[in-house]
Amino acid sequence: MPKKILIVGGGLAGTIVANGLCRQLKDELASSAVAISMLGASPKHMYQPGLLYVPFGRMRESELFRDQRKVLDRRVPYFIDPAKHIDTDKKTVLTESGKSHAYDFLVIATGSRIRPDTIPGMAEGAHWFYDLDGARKMRDALRDFQGGKIVVNVNAPHKCPVAPLEVTFMLRDFLAAKGVLDKSEITYTYPIGRLHGLEPVAQWAVPEFERGGIKSETFFNTKSIDPKAKTITSEEGSTLNYDLLVTIPPHTGQQVITDSDLGKGGWVPTERNTLLREGSNDVFIVGDTTNLPISKAGSTAHFEADTIVDNLSSLIKEDRWARNYDGKVFCFMETGLHSGTYVWFNYTTPPNPGPPSQMIHWFKLAYNRMYWLSASGLL
Amino acid sequence: MAERHLVDARGAFCPGPLMELIAALRHAAIGDEVEVWSTDKGSAADIPAWINKVHHDLVSINEADGRWSIVIRKAK
Repeated sequence: MPKKILIVGGGLAGTIVANGLCRQLKDELASSAVAISMLGASPKHMYQPGLLYVPFGRMRESELFRDQRKVLDRRVPYFIDPAKHIDTDKKTVLTESGKSHAYDFLVIATGSRIRPDTIPGMAEGAHWFYDLDGARKMRDALRDFQGGKIVVNVNAPHKCPVAPLEVTFMLRDFLAAKGVLDKSEITYTYPIGRLHGLEPVAQWAVPEFERGGIKSETFFNTKSIDPKAKTITSEEGSTLNYDLLVTIPPHTGQQVITDSDLGKGGWVPTERNTLLREGSNDVFIVGDTTNLPISKAGSTAHFEADTIVDNLSSLIKEDRWARNYDGKVFCFMETGLHSGTYVWFNYTTPPNPGPPSQMIHWFKLAYNRMYWLSASGLL
Repeated sequence: MAERHLVDARGAFCPGPLMELIAALRHAAIGDEVEVWSTDKGSAADIPAWINKVHHDLVSINEADGRWSIVIRKAK
Protein backbone atom coordinates (compact mmCIF):
# COMPACT_ATOMS: atom_id res chain seq x y z
CA MET A 1 0.00 0.00 0.00
CA PRO A 2 1.46 3.39 -0.91
CA LYS A 3 2.11 5.94 1.79
CA LYS A 4 -0.59 8.52 1.23
CA ILE A 5 0.25 12.20 1.49
CA LEU A 6 -2.85 14.38 1.40
CA ILE A 7 -2.54 18.15 0.93
CA VAL A 8 -5.58 20.21 1.88
CA GLY A 9 -5.46 23.57 0.13
CA GLY A 10 -4.45 24.52 -3.41
CA GLY A 11 -2.87 27.93 -2.77
CA LEU A 12 0.82 28.76 -2.82
CA ALA A 13 1.84 26.78 0.26
CA GLY A 14 0.06 23.58 -0.71
CA THR A 15 1.20 23.81 -4.31
CA ILE A 16 4.88 24.30 -3.43
CA VAL A 17 4.68 21.33 -1.04
CA ALA A 18 3.08 19.14 -3.71
CA ASN A 19 5.51 20.12 -6.46
CA GLY A 20 8.54 19.90 -4.19
CA LEU A 21 7.57 16.44 -2.95
CA CYS A 22 7.13 15.26 -6.53
CA ARG A 23 10.67 16.39 -7.26
CA GLN A 24 12.24 14.74 -4.19
CA LEU A 25 10.09 11.60 -4.17
CA LYS A 26 10.07 10.88 -7.92
CA ASP A 27 11.36 7.34 -7.46
CA GLU A 28 8.81 6.57 -4.74
CA LEU A 29 6.01 7.99 -6.89
CA ALA A 30 7.15 5.93 -9.89
CA SER A 31 7.17 2.73 -7.84
CA SER A 32 3.86 3.62 -6.14
CA ALA A 33 5.50 3.55 -2.73
CA VAL A 34 4.05 7.04 -2.25
CA ALA A 35 0.86 8.69 -3.52
CA ILE A 36 0.24 12.43 -3.24
CA SER A 37 -3.14 14.08 -3.74
CA MET A 38 -4.59 17.54 -3.21
CA LEU A 39 -7.97 18.98 -2.27
CA GLY A 40 -8.75 22.54 -3.28
CA ALA A 41 -11.57 25.00 -3.78
CA SER A 42 -10.86 26.39 -7.25
CA PRO A 43 -9.69 25.31 -10.69
CA LYS A 44 -7.64 28.51 -10.77
CA HIS A 45 -4.45 29.47 -8.93
CA MET A 46 -4.33 33.17 -8.11
CA TYR A 47 -1.21 35.27 -7.56
CA GLN A 48 -2.60 37.15 -4.56
CA PRO A 49 0.05 39.92 -4.28
CA GLY A 50 -1.00 41.02 -7.77
CA LEU A 51 -4.32 42.22 -6.37
CA LEU A 52 -2.52 45.28 -4.96
CA TYR A 53 -1.81 46.46 -8.51
CA VAL A 54 -5.33 45.96 -9.91
CA PRO A 55 -6.99 49.06 -8.37
CA PHE A 56 -4.23 51.24 -9.82
CA GLY A 57 -4.52 49.72 -13.29
CA ARG A 58 -1.00 48.30 -13.07
CA MET A 59 -1.92 44.64 -13.64
CA ARG A 60 -4.67 43.09 -15.72
CA GLU A 61 -6.95 40.63 -13.95
CA SER A 62 -5.99 37.80 -16.30
CA GLU A 63 -2.32 38.14 -15.27
CA LEU A 64 -3.24 36.97 -11.76
CA PHE A 65 -4.57 33.55 -12.73
CA ARG A 66 -3.37 30.23 -14.15
CA ASP A 67 -5.07 26.87 -14.21
CA GLN A 68 -4.12 25.04 -11.04
CA ARG A 69 -3.97 21.83 -13.08
CA LYS A 70 -1.10 23.35 -15.10
CA VAL A 71 0.75 24.77 -12.08
CA LEU A 72 0.50 21.49 -10.16
CA ASP A 73 2.69 18.50 -11.07
CA ARG A 74 0.71 16.12 -13.25
CA ARG A 75 1.48 13.25 -10.87
CA VAL A 76 -0.75 14.83 -8.20
CA PRO A 77 -4.49 14.18 -8.56
CA TYR A 78 -6.29 17.45 -7.82
CA PHE A 79 -9.84 17.31 -6.52
CA ILE A 80 -11.83 20.56 -6.68
CA ASP A 81 -13.78 19.46 -3.64
CA PRO A 82 -12.99 21.45 -0.49
CA ALA A 83 -12.45 19.74 2.84
CA LYS A 84 -15.46 19.87 5.11
CA HIS A 85 -14.14 17.98 8.14
CA ILE A 86 -10.63 16.92 9.11
CA ASP A 87 -10.38 13.99 11.55
CA THR A 88 -6.83 13.67 12.84
CA ASP A 89 -7.74 10.69 15.04
CA LYS A 90 -9.17 8.61 12.20
CA LYS A 91 -6.70 10.19 9.73
CA THR A 92 -9.39 11.00 7.21
CA VAL A 93 -10.67 14.14 5.52
CA LEU A 94 -14.31 14.41 4.50
CA THR A 95 -15.05 16.67 1.55
CA GLU A 96 -17.99 18.85 0.56
CA SER A 97 -19.16 16.21 -1.94
CA GLY A 98 -19.15 13.54 0.77
CA LYS A 99 -15.98 11.72 -0.26
CA SER A 100 -13.55 10.51 2.36
CA HIS A 101 -9.77 10.68 1.85
CA ALA A 102 -7.51 8.68 4.16
CA TYR A 103 -3.93 9.76 4.74
CA ASP A 104 -0.65 8.70 6.31
CA PHE A 105 0.69 12.27 6.26
CA LEU A 106 -1.51 15.36 6.11
CA VAL A 107 -0.47 18.86 5.08
CA ILE A 108 -3.02 21.51 6.02
CA ALA A 109 -2.62 24.58 3.78
CA THR A 110 -6.08 26.08 3.96
CA GLY A 111 -4.91 29.68 4.20
CA SER A 112 -6.85 32.66 5.48
CA ARG A 113 -9.82 34.75 4.40
CA ILE A 114 -11.01 38.29 4.87
CA ARG A 115 -13.93 38.82 7.23
CA PRO A 116 -15.40 42.30 6.62
CA ASP A 117 -18.66 40.84 7.95
CA THR A 118 -17.19 40.85 11.46
CA ILE A 119 -17.14 44.66 11.71
CA PRO A 120 -20.50 46.45 11.46
CA GLY A 121 -20.76 48.54 8.30
CA MET A 122 -17.48 47.41 6.76
CA ALA A 123 -18.95 45.36 3.90
CA GLU A 124 -21.21 48.24 2.88
CA GLY A 125 -18.93 51.18 3.50
CA ALA A 126 -15.36 50.13 2.79
CA HIS A 127 -13.20 49.18 -0.17
CA TRP A 128 -10.45 46.60 -0.14
CA PHE A 129 -8.09 44.89 -2.58
CA TYR A 130 -7.77 41.55 -0.80
CA ASP A 131 -10.02 39.71 -3.23
CA LEU A 132 -10.74 40.21 -6.94
CA ASP A 133 -14.23 41.58 -6.47
CA GLY A 134 -12.97 44.10 -3.91
CA ALA A 135 -10.04 45.10 -6.11
CA ARG A 136 -12.42 45.76 -9.02
CA LYS A 137 -14.71 47.92 -6.90
CA MET A 138 -11.74 49.83 -5.51
CA ARG A 139 -10.47 50.36 -9.07
CA ASP A 140 -13.81 51.90 -10.03
CA ALA A 141 -13.90 54.06 -6.89
CA LEU A 142 -10.38 55.38 -7.55
CA ARG A 143 -11.31 56.10 -11.17
CA ASP A 144 -14.22 58.25 -9.95
CA PHE A 145 -12.39 59.89 -7.04
CA GLN A 146 -11.99 63.63 -7.54
CA GLY A 147 -10.32 64.53 -4.26
CA GLY A 148 -11.27 64.38 -0.59
CA LYS A 149 -10.42 62.42 2.55
CA ILE A 150 -9.12 58.89 2.19
CA VAL A 151 -8.81 56.73 5.29
CA VAL A 152 -6.60 53.63 5.02
CA ASN A 153 -7.79 51.47 7.91
CA VAL A 154 -5.78 48.46 9.09
CA ASN A 155 -7.26 45.59 11.12
CA ALA A 156 -5.53 42.60 12.73
CA PRO A 157 -4.81 39.92 11.93
CA HIS A 158 -4.22 40.24 8.23
CA LYS A 159 -2.04 38.59 5.62
CA CYS A 160 0.63 40.44 3.68
CA PRO A 161 2.11 42.52 6.48
CA VAL A 162 3.44 45.42 4.41
CA ALA A 163 0.41 45.81 2.12
CA PRO A 164 -1.16 48.57 4.27
CA LEU A 165 1.92 50.75 3.84
CA GLU A 166 2.25 49.82 0.17
CA VAL A 167 -1.32 50.80 -0.69
CA THR A 168 -0.91 54.07 1.22
CA PHE A 169 2.22 55.08 -0.71
CA MET A 170 0.73 53.91 -4.02
CA LEU A 171 -2.46 55.88 -3.32
CA ARG A 172 -0.43 59.01 -2.78
CA ASP A 173 1.42 58.59 -6.09
CA PHE A 174 -1.88 57.74 -7.82
CA LEU A 175 -3.56 60.90 -6.55
CA ALA A 176 -0.56 62.98 -7.60
CA ALA A 177 -0.63 61.50 -11.10
CA LYS A 178 -4.38 62.14 -11.30
CA GLY A 179 -3.84 65.78 -10.31
CA VAL A 180 -6.00 65.65 -7.18
CA LEU A 181 -3.36 65.27 -4.47
CA ASP A 182 -3.67 68.93 -3.47
CA LYS A 183 -7.42 68.41 -2.91
CA SER A 184 -6.91 65.20 -0.93
CA GLU A 185 -5.82 64.00 2.48
CA ILE A 186 -4.77 60.47 3.42
CA THR A 187 -5.10 59.25 7.03
CA TYR A 188 -3.70 55.82 7.91
CA THR A 189 -4.98 54.04 11.02
CA TYR A 190 -3.19 51.18 12.81
CA PRO A 191 -4.26 49.00 15.77
CA ILE A 192 -1.16 49.43 17.94
CA GLY A 193 0.84 52.45 19.04
CA ARG A 194 3.03 52.72 15.93
CA LEU A 195 2.67 52.58 12.15
CA HIS A 196 3.46 48.89 11.76
CA GLY A 197 3.72 45.67 13.75
CA LEU A 198 7.41 45.44 12.86
CA GLU A 199 9.08 48.15 14.92
CA PRO A 200 11.94 48.85 12.44
CA VAL A 201 9.40 49.16 9.63
CA ALA A 202 7.28 51.48 11.76
CA GLN A 203 10.31 53.67 12.49
CA TRP A 204 11.30 53.66 8.82
CA ALA A 205 7.76 54.72 7.84
CA VAL A 206 7.59 57.80 10.09
CA PRO A 207 9.77 60.12 7.91
CA GLU A 208 8.27 58.55 4.76
CA PHE A 209 4.80 59.57 5.96
CA GLU A 210 6.03 63.05 6.86
CA ARG A 211 7.64 63.42 3.45
CA GLY A 212 4.44 62.30 1.75
CA GLY A 213 2.13 64.44 3.87
CA ILE A 214 0.33 61.31 5.09
CA LYS A 215 -1.51 61.61 8.40
CA SER A 216 -1.88 58.75 10.85
CA GLU A 217 -3.81 57.67 13.89
CA THR A 218 -2.44 54.79 15.92
CA PHE A 219 -4.15 52.73 18.63
CA PHE A 220 -7.16 52.58 16.30
CA ASN A 221 -9.06 49.28 16.54
CA THR A 222 -12.14 49.49 14.35
CA LYS A 223 -15.44 49.23 16.17
CA SER A 224 -17.90 50.15 13.41
CA ILE A 225 -18.38 51.98 10.13
CA ASP A 226 -21.37 54.15 9.22
CA PRO A 227 -21.66 53.97 5.42
CA LYS A 228 -24.34 56.68 5.28
CA ALA A 229 -22.54 59.21 7.45
CA LYS A 230 -19.18 58.07 6.04
CA THR A 231 -17.54 57.75 9.42
CA ILE A 232 -15.36 55.09 11.00
CA THR A 233 -15.19 54.70 14.79
CA SER A 234 -12.61 52.96 16.95
CA GLU A 235 -12.84 50.96 20.17
CA GLU A 236 -10.61 53.66 21.63
CA GLY A 237 -13.36 56.26 21.08
CA SER A 238 -12.09 58.08 17.98
CA THR A 239 -14.27 58.84 14.91
CA LEU A 240 -12.91 59.81 11.50
CA ASN A 241 -14.79 61.16 8.49
CA TYR A 242 -13.97 59.82 5.06
CA ASP A 243 -14.88 60.30 1.41
CA LEU A 244 -13.19 57.02 0.47
CA LEU A 245 -12.43 54.24 2.94
CA VAL A 246 -9.82 51.62 2.06
CA THR A 247 -9.65 48.86 4.63
CA ILE A 248 -7.43 45.87 5.30
CA PRO A 249 -10.20 43.70 6.80
CA PRO A 250 -9.59 41.40 9.74
CA HIS A 251 -8.86 37.83 8.67
CA THR A 252 -9.70 34.41 10.04
CA GLY A 253 -8.68 30.95 8.98
CA GLN A 254 -11.05 28.72 7.05
CA GLN A 255 -14.32 27.40 8.43
CA VAL A 256 -13.18 23.76 8.08
CA ILE A 257 -10.50 24.33 10.72
CA THR A 258 -13.02 25.67 13.23
CA ASP A 259 -15.62 23.03 12.34
CA SER A 260 -13.00 20.29 12.79
CA ASP A 261 -12.07 21.71 16.20
CA LEU A 262 -8.49 22.16 15.05
CA GLY A 263 -7.96 25.73 16.16
CA LYS A 264 -9.65 28.91 17.34
CA GLY A 265 -10.26 31.49 14.65
CA GLY A 266 -9.27 28.91 12.04
CA TRP A 267 -5.58 28.99 13.03
CA VAL A 268 -4.04 25.62 13.89
CA PRO A 269 -1.61 25.48 16.87
CA THR A 270 1.72 24.72 15.20
CA GLU A 271 5.18 23.96 16.57
CA ARG A 272 7.38 26.83 15.39
CA ASN A 273 10.40 24.82 14.20
CA THR A 274 8.99 21.55 12.95
CA LEU A 275 5.72 23.01 11.59
CA LEU A 276 3.96 19.93 12.92
CA ARG A 277 0.53 20.43 14.39
CA GLU A 278 0.97 20.56 18.15
CA GLY A 279 0.42 17.04 19.45
CA SER A 280 0.78 15.38 16.01
CA ASN A 281 3.68 13.68 14.29
CA ASP A 282 1.96 13.22 10.94
CA VAL A 283 0.13 16.51 10.37
CA PHE A 284 2.03 19.52 9.00
CA ILE A 285 0.62 23.03 8.95
CA VAL A 286 1.86 25.53 6.38
CA GLY A 287 1.20 29.11 5.34
CA ASP A 288 -1.47 31.39 6.78
CA THR A 289 -3.18 28.46 8.54
CA THR A 290 -0.65 28.28 11.38
CA ASN A 291 -1.16 30.12 14.64
CA LEU A 292 2.51 31.15 14.68
CA PRO A 293 3.18 34.77 15.68
CA ILE A 294 4.95 35.49 12.40
CA SER A 295 3.91 37.32 9.25
CA LYS A 296 1.16 35.74 7.21
CA ALA A 297 2.99 36.32 3.94
CA GLY A 298 3.63 34.51 0.68
CA SER A 299 7.31 34.26 1.48
CA THR A 300 6.53 32.71 4.87
CA ALA A 301 4.40 30.11 3.10
CA HIS A 302 7.20 29.51 0.62
CA PHE A 303 9.99 29.03 3.17
CA GLU A 304 7.75 26.92 5.41
CA ALA A 305 6.75 24.78 2.45
CA ASP A 306 10.38 24.19 1.49
CA THR A 307 11.08 23.00 5.04
CA ILE A 308 8.12 20.61 5.00
CA VAL A 309 9.17 19.22 1.61
CA ASP A 310 12.64 18.47 2.97
CA ASN A 311 11.34 16.92 6.17
CA LEU A 312 8.56 14.81 4.65
CA SER A 313 10.89 13.55 1.94
CA SER A 314 13.60 12.77 4.50
CA LEU A 315 11.19 10.93 6.78
CA ILE A 316 9.97 8.80 3.89
CA LYS A 317 13.34 8.16 2.23
CA GLU A 318 15.67 8.05 5.25
CA ASP A 319 13.37 7.81 8.27
CA ARG A 320 14.88 10.94 9.80
CA TRP A 321 14.28 14.65 10.27
CA ALA A 322 16.03 17.00 7.83
CA ARG A 323 15.93 20.51 9.27
CA ASN A 324 13.93 23.04 11.24
CA TYR A 325 12.16 26.17 9.99
CA ASP A 326 14.02 29.25 11.24
CA GLY A 327 11.14 31.73 10.94
CA LYS A 328 12.39 33.31 7.72
CA VAL A 329 10.19 35.92 6.04
CA PHE A 330 11.12 38.12 3.07
CA CYS A 331 8.79 40.83 1.82
CA PHE A 332 9.21 43.30 -0.98
CA MET A 333 7.57 46.62 -0.13
CA GLU A 334 6.40 49.07 -2.75
CA THR A 335 7.00 52.63 -1.56
CA GLY A 336 5.00 54.23 -4.38
CA LEU A 337 4.25 53.50 -8.00
CA HIS A 338 7.93 53.80 -8.95
CA SER A 339 10.07 52.75 -5.97
CA GLY A 340 10.39 49.91 -3.50
CA THR A 341 12.38 48.34 -0.72
CA TYR A 342 12.36 44.99 1.08
CA VAL A 343 12.51 43.57 4.56
CA TRP A 344 13.62 40.17 5.77
CA PHE A 345 13.87 38.61 9.20
CA ASN A 346 13.64 35.31 11.05
CA TYR A 347 13.10 34.17 14.62
CA THR A 348 16.47 35.54 15.74
CA THR A 349 17.28 38.36 13.29
CA PRO A 350 15.11 41.48 13.44
CA PRO A 351 14.02 43.29 10.25
CA ASN A 352 15.95 46.28 8.90
CA PRO A 353 14.35 47.90 5.83
CA GLY A 354 16.76 49.65 3.49
CA PRO A 355 16.31 52.84 1.51
CA PRO A 356 13.79 52.60 -1.35
CA SER A 357 15.04 52.41 -4.91
CA GLN A 358 13.75 52.08 -8.42
CA MET A 359 15.86 48.94 -8.85
CA ILE A 360 14.08 47.07 -6.04
CA HIS A 361 10.71 48.19 -7.40
CA TRP A 362 11.66 46.70 -10.79
CA PHE A 363 12.79 43.50 -9.05
CA LYS A 364 9.34 43.29 -7.45
CA LEU A 365 7.68 43.80 -10.83
CA ALA A 366 9.90 41.02 -12.19
CA TYR A 367 8.92 38.76 -9.31
CA ASN A 368 5.25 39.40 -10.13
CA ARG A 369 6.02 37.39 -13.29
CA MET A 370 8.49 34.94 -11.73
CA TYR A 371 6.03 33.89 -9.01
CA TRP A 372 4.86 31.01 -11.19
CA LEU A 373 8.36 29.53 -10.97
CA SER A 374 8.03 29.56 -7.17
CA ALA A 375 4.62 27.91 -7.32
CA SER A 376 6.07 25.24 -9.61
CA GLY A 377 8.80 24.56 -7.07
CA LEU A 378 11.60 25.85 -9.29
CA LEU A 379 12.47 29.19 -7.62
CA MET B 1 -17.30 28.96 32.08
CA ALA B 2 -14.49 31.47 31.40
CA GLU B 3 -11.55 30.08 29.49
CA ARG B 4 -7.91 31.08 29.50
CA HIS B 5 -6.23 31.35 26.10
CA LEU B 6 -2.47 31.35 25.70
CA VAL B 7 -0.72 33.52 23.11
CA ASP B 8 2.93 32.47 22.90
CA ALA B 9 4.47 35.51 21.19
CA ARG B 10 8.03 34.90 22.35
CA GLY B 11 10.49 35.93 19.64
CA ALA B 12 7.70 37.48 17.57
CA PHE B 13 8.83 40.38 15.40
CA CYS B 14 5.75 40.52 13.21
CA PRO B 15 3.03 41.15 13.87
CA GLY B 16 4.07 41.47 17.49
CA PRO B 17 2.65 40.54 20.87
CA LEU B 18 0.07 43.33 21.09
CA MET B 19 -1.37 42.54 17.66
CA GLU B 20 -1.42 38.84 18.56
CA LEU B 21 -3.34 39.77 21.71
CA ILE B 22 -5.83 41.89 19.74
CA ALA B 23 -6.41 38.99 17.35
CA ALA B 24 -6.89 36.54 20.25
CA LEU B 25 -9.37 38.83 22.01
CA ARG B 26 -11.56 38.77 18.90
CA HIS B 27 -12.21 35.07 19.47
CA ALA B 28 -12.46 35.19 23.23
CA ALA B 29 -15.76 35.48 25.08
CA ILE B 30 -16.38 38.27 27.60
CA GLY B 31 -14.91 37.05 30.87
CA ASP B 32 -12.26 34.88 29.20
CA GLU B 33 -8.64 35.51 30.02
CA VAL B 34 -5.82 35.76 27.50
CA GLU B 35 -2.26 35.15 28.67
CA VAL B 36 0.46 36.61 26.46
CA TRP B 37 4.04 35.41 26.66
CA SER B 38 6.48 37.90 25.21
CA THR B 39 10.23 38.48 25.11
CA ASP B 40 9.67 42.01 23.77
CA LYS B 41 10.31 44.62 26.47
CA GLY B 42 8.24 47.26 24.63
CA SER B 43 5.15 45.07 24.79
CA ALA B 44 5.33 45.01 28.58
CA ALA B 45 4.47 48.72 28.41
CA ASP B 46 2.35 48.73 25.19
CA ILE B 47 -0.06 46.03 26.29
CA PRO B 48 -1.08 47.52 29.65
CA ALA B 49 -1.38 50.94 27.98
CA TRP B 50 -3.75 49.58 25.36
CA ILE B 51 -5.75 47.51 27.88
CA ASN B 52 -6.29 50.68 29.86
CA LYS B 53 -7.37 52.61 26.74
CA VAL B 54 -10.01 50.09 25.67
CA HIS B 55 -11.17 49.16 29.19
CA HIS B 56 -10.30 45.49 29.39
CA ASP B 57 -8.95 44.22 32.73
CA LEU B 58 -5.26 43.70 33.40
CA VAL B 59 -5.18 40.63 35.66
CA SER B 60 -1.44 40.26 36.17
CA ILE B 61 1.96 41.04 34.70
CA ASN B 62 5.07 39.06 35.64
CA GLU B 63 8.59 38.88 34.31
CA ALA B 64 11.11 36.07 34.76
CA ASP B 65 14.32 35.43 32.81
CA GLY B 66 13.43 37.94 30.11
CA ARG B 67 9.97 36.52 29.50
CA TRP B 68 6.88 38.55 30.31
CA SER B 69 3.60 36.88 31.13
CA ILE B 70 0.68 39.30 30.87
CA VAL B 71 -2.85 38.14 31.65
CA ILE B 72 -5.82 40.13 30.39
CA ARG B 73 -9.52 39.56 31.01
CA LYS B 74 -11.87 40.51 28.17
CA ALA B 75 -14.29 42.93 29.78
CA LYS B 76 -16.48 43.94 26.83
